[in-house]
Amino acid sequence: MSDHHPLTEAIIRGRRKDVPTLVSQCLEAGESAQSIVEHRLVPGMAVVGERFKKNEIFVPEMLIAARAMKEALKILEPDLVAAGVKPEFTAVIGTVEGDLHDIGKNLVAMMWKGANMEVIDLGVNVSPAKFAAAVQEHRPNLVGLSALLTTTMPAMRDTVQAIRDAGVPVKIVIGGAPVTHTFAEEIGADGYAPDAASAVDCALALLKQGASS
Amino acid sequence: MTSTAPALRFNRLAIEDPRALIFGRAPHPLTTRDGLVIGGGTVYPEINFTLPSMGVNAATLPQVCDQYRQIIKGVLRRAAELEAPGVVVEFETLPPMTEHPAWGLEIVRILLDGMVAERDKSGLRSVLRLTPNDNREFERPPLMRRGRYWEAMLELFDSGAAAGAELLSIESVGGKELHDEALVNGDLAGSLFALCILGVRDMRFLWTHLHDIAEKHGVNCAGDTACGFGNTAMVLAEQRMIPRVFAAVVRAVTAVRSLVAYECGAVGPGKDCGYENPILKAITGFPMAMEGKTAACAHLSPMGNLAAACCDTWSNESVQNIKLLGGMAPTCFMEQLVYDCRLMNRAASEGPPAAETLQRWLVESDASLDPQAYIISPAASIELARAIVGADSHYHAGVAAARRAIDLLSSASAAGALRIADNEAGWLEQMADTLDELPQDEDTFIEEQLALADPEKFLPAEYEL
Repeated sequence: MSDHHPLTEAIIRGRRKDVPTLVSQCLEAGESAQSIVEHRLVPGMAVVGERFKKNEIFVPEMLIAARAMKEALKILEPDLVAAGVKPEFTAVIGTVEGDLHDIGKNLVAMMWKGANMEVIDLGVNVSPAKFAAAVQEHRPNLVGLSALLTTTMPAMRDTVQAIRDAGVPVKIVIGGAPVTHTFAEEIGADGYAPDAASAVDCALALLKQGASS
Repeated sequence: MTSTAPALRFNRLAIEDPRALIFGRAPHPLTTRDGLVIGGGTVYPEINFTLPSMGVNAATLPQVCDQYRQIIKGVLRRAAELEAPGVVVEFETLPPMTEHPAWGLEIVRILLDGMVAERDKSGLRSVLRLTPNDNREFERPPLMRRGRYWEAMLELFDSGAAAGAELLSIESVGGKELHDEALVNGDLAGSLFALCILGVRDMRFLWTHLHDIAEKHGVNCAGDTACGFGNTAMVLAEQRMIPRVFAAVVRAVTAVRSLVAYECGAVGPGKDCGYENPILKAITGFPMAMEGKTAACAHLSPMGNLAAACCDTWSNESVQNIKLLGGMAPTCFMEQLVYDCRLMNRAASEGPPAAETLQRWLVESDASLDPQAYIISPAASIELARAIVGADSHYHAGVAAARRAIDLLSSASAAGALRIADNEAGWLEQMADTLDELPQDEDTFIEEQLALADPEKFLPAEYEL
């Protein structure tokens, strides 16, 4: 028998069809939308994330849980908007100019969303100017840069510079096969995530430190 | 809605005995202008390389060209010093080199000049495989049959073939825009749609054009690879993102897609990173490039030895031109490839029993440890090949390959011949259920999948849908 709330359990097990009824029950019991997100949904995704980190489940199972959470958020969204509740953190993510590999970037975006971040995905082949514009427009706490080619690493450096020049305090995390922690330091990024699984921990650790410009 | 369902060209196997699905020998070897007989009894090293961290643009082009001059000189000198029987050089372009065909052509010429120089110096025979990077997915959704990326890619194929690149290859990406999503969702039906409906149609269109170019210049269409599909699955499985059994079943299905290149006139050697190549060799009898342990510089894999079991050229996939203690990395990897090939060629020189013993060691050292290795072992490859040629369409071939793969993995696991992780066992049953629920009729399948596909991600008309 699980100790989790039934809605949390439905998220963990990815039972999307059960979610609307369970969310309604919570609302009828007087819980606020924000409380449901913080105390029912996010803990469910945390359990899923933990199981993934322990190699007990795979991304497809995690995505099923994420879709169940999305179903809940769809119902709660009007209340959240009315109350002015937004995810604690906002992130902008993209694959740098000249590079079109995006599966790793997509996985990181998915995991950041699961950690209750608002994620703006700029796609692939994103120019430094476009990253800088997005940072100015969305004022994110976090930017994620991805590259798979050795020949697009210079574009990563240019992108970090463009974001810094934009003057918005933001943490920058880089990832992708050719990059390293050392390279992150060299180009002025704040962090390096060796794989999608570690990208959440890396992001949260940086965000707890507070934004830098 | 109407679909075009091209028939399978191959309806029988070229190799029926797993012992004959062996390194260095193919029923239909390929003789190059320089006299290499690929698949004729000798395994040749196939070297591939890429740039270190640097931009590729008009300003850096002179430095880029210098890098390639240095690489080709270094790798061929070492191959000659080690008395390699011949070398396949693969030039896999980086995106700007396909986008600007003149840049790619300049490097083709540099490599060919280097090959001639070494031939003149030492007699080393070589052949150039040109593999333009498939830039079509730079457009989102991708334009597969028109636009500047398509035009530039064909221009590079044409000018490169005219200049002397004798083997034409590509890692084509038709259907990838949906397949990535299918992989991370563990969606076998989606994978079948991307590979056997979209991929097959794109391959037929693309390889018909490449065949025309090859005929025009008297060169050979070598082959494609499902790298963006099967190897993406393999890397995700290595990172524990998706189950290995799922990646193994996807690998089996990728053979149906890659087969289309040979249906359109390709004659091998199949592209190195196509781990589905053993299945294709069994079907077509054409020689195949493979990569494994000596390609760890590019990516990890669970079949480093097994992949060599039926290779005709043995590749390192790609390595950056950086300095290692032994020398520049491409030169170091050339040396490793030469020694790998020496061992296989030595075994072959002692006759079939010795070669079959080495083949068995290569297979048995990996096969039981990972479903992805097991599924491309010679015996499993022939079973999968048989399932494919017995089907009446690419869709049905994909379903048949997936079903046979699931059966092979389940049987091997039950017999204790294959280790499958506890948290993956349920996936075999789940995938079998998915196959049971698929419609028999291809048009119905397409309609179902089109209804599920994200219309922002792909353009059905680019696939005749």
